[in-house]
Amino acid sequence: MNWHQLWTIATTPDNIPITALLPLVLFYLWLAFRQAKGNDELIAQLEADPALAKTHHRKTWPFRPGWQKEVHVWPFLLRMEFLAAIIVTAILMVWSITMSAPLEEPANPNLTMNPAKAPWYFLGLQEMLVYFDPWIAGVVMPTLIIIGLMVIPYIDTNPLGSGYYTLKQRKFSIGTFCFGFLILWVSMIIIGTFIRGPGWQWFWPGQTWDHNRLIYEVNRDLPDLFGITSNLGKGIFGAIVVGGYFAIGGFVMTALFRRKMPRDWRRMSLLQYQIMMFLMLTMVALPIKMLLRLSLHIKYVWITPWFNV
Amino acid sequence: MADDDVKVSGDGARSPSNATNGGAPKNGKKGIGIIVKEEVEAFRAEMPGKVKEQIESVKDPTKTQLYTSIFRHKRDETPRNRALGVLSNVFLHLHPAKINRDSVRYPYTWGMGGITFYLFIVLTFTGVLLMFYYHPTKVQAFRDVLYLEHDVPFGKILRNMHRWAAHLMVIAVELHMFRVFLTGSYKKPREFNWNVGVILLVLTLLLSFTGYLLPDDQLGFWAVTVGTNMARATPLLGNEGPFGSQLGMTPYNDVRFGLLGGSIVDANALLRAYIWHCIAIPIIASVFMIVHFWRVRKDGGISGPAPVMLASEADKPRRAQSAAGA
Repeated sequence: MNWHQLWTIATTPDNIPITALLPLVLFYLWLAFRQAKGNDELIAQLEADPALAKTHHRKTWPFRPGWQKEVHVWPFLLRMEFLAAIIVTAILMVWSITMSAPLEEPANPNLTMNPAKAPWYFLGLQEMLVYFDPWIAGVVMPTLIIIGLMVIPYIDTNPLGSGYYTLKQRKFSIGTFCFGFLILWVSMIIIGTFIRGPGWQWFWPGQTWDHNRLIYEVNRDLPDLFGITSNLGKGIFGAIVVGGYFAIGGFVMTALFRRKMPRDWRRMSLLQYQIMMFLMLTMVALPIKMLLRLSLHIKYVWITPWFNV
Repeated sequence: MADDDVKVSGDGARSPSNATNGGAPKNGKKGIGIIVKEEVEAFRAEMPGKVKEQIESVKDPTKTQLYTSIFRHKRDETPRNRALGVLSNVFLHLHPAKINRDSVRYPYTWGMGGITFYLFIVLTFTGVLLMFYYHPTKVQAFRDVLYLEHDVPFGKILRNMHRWAAHLMVIAVELHMFRVFLTGSYKKPREFNWNVGVILLVLTLLLSFTGYLLPDDQLGFWAVTVGTNMARATPLLGNEGPFGSQLGMTPYNDVRFGLLGGSIVDANALLRAYIWHCIAIPIIASVFMIVHFWRVRKDGGISGPAPVMLASEADKPRRAQSAAGA
């Protein structure tokens, strides 16, 4: 166990944000789910007792008759904002005094950095470069992430859970978002920071970064496993596999969705549903491809003269 | 002469003894001694009153013309004035006068939106100061950073603060988005504002990324090289992307060339990164921020904490809520 290596990575100035991000995300996750639990208990209580539901103020925070429903911004909100600004300034001051921003040697196109890492917030995308070609990892995926985020309000037809934390009323949407944010975004950043070493090779935390390590890995393409050799055959085979994934995946997911979430199924229009399913299946395809690569050493599924997937 | 008139009428109002004196010599000539004497007398008669008046106004500065010209209303410990304090101030007027008593609770909002905006201000401030010392040229950029680190007073802390605030802003933006999702705050009527927020997230990342190149060191150079190499692979628009070469894309006319102003990360790329970082993206982001904040108010303030809704009420109009008492 090379603690020194781990310490070096964790305390590299530009990695401090990630070292900070992890506890921050966990803390806020805990904060959110504690409130969600409280609200869910309240909802269960109110659903069991319709008479109470008519009179209850419907928050977990106390409210007594005679209390003002609203408070003045001055001072009740402004003091919070002022306090937040002071605390952030203090943190920044201490951080800036104790730790210097990184500055390497002058830019030199003839001397490649190894590993050459993107800024930490793009490490998830850089990690994707292992499994996908640059046009997917660097262009299509970011575009789909942005589009996917933007359509969320238009495909989430669930009117419940607006303005309060809840888990029970929004299991599916919260589960999906947490999968995307925590597993696909945050944990990929952590892998990119703590695990990827020279040559973008996999070094477990505490393993010494060996710049001379070589890995003998034979990556195959999926058509090769099936003994398909002609280019035309590979193209058609890949199209069938990828198309089949979306067709069968869509069929299975729809069957599940209809049974598990009949209300949402009824509320959603065909277009809303199709967009959701497409984004959902694309997102799920990501870990599937990663798994294929890591377990079966499969590089491409679909090979054409113009692009490979 | 006009001076005289004023003095005379003023005297008349204040002390009757001077009034008789002042009327007579108006058309005759006066000796210098008399004028001095008159002045001293007038001074003695008026000053105590003036001083007293001044002391009174110092006791209550909010009644002064200076104060009222700045704040547009007098200060009182009344609810109305607390509201006016917010509404009549250009920096505070984005707030409503009153808010839901629970929305000031930290566990609900996490304060991340406000912190993001505060960090943007910190970054603008430190960024402008950094600009005084920085030339976006291959010859000078790296030396300017060294100069900042070693010679400029507080230069090191300035650069550190800019760097760390930028990282912190990315974290704050991501947590803000996470909170907004978990509270369902993107739901009707806030769908559009969520979209503005997504664009602001992208702009934040781009701001940070364009700033990465500016020190012109190995770290920035290779990060930007790796980043922009992906643009080469853009479908249709990149020379290595799907269908790129079929559409006539080469390293000298594709989208990467447009981003870098050349086929490699060099002087033009540095200048472009500098202009995007310091001028273009901050302006674009500011415009989106204006819309973002304005829409927060127009869409009914922050989303909650709202009373919980029951599944049985889900598909009905929100009528039962008002009965339940907000």
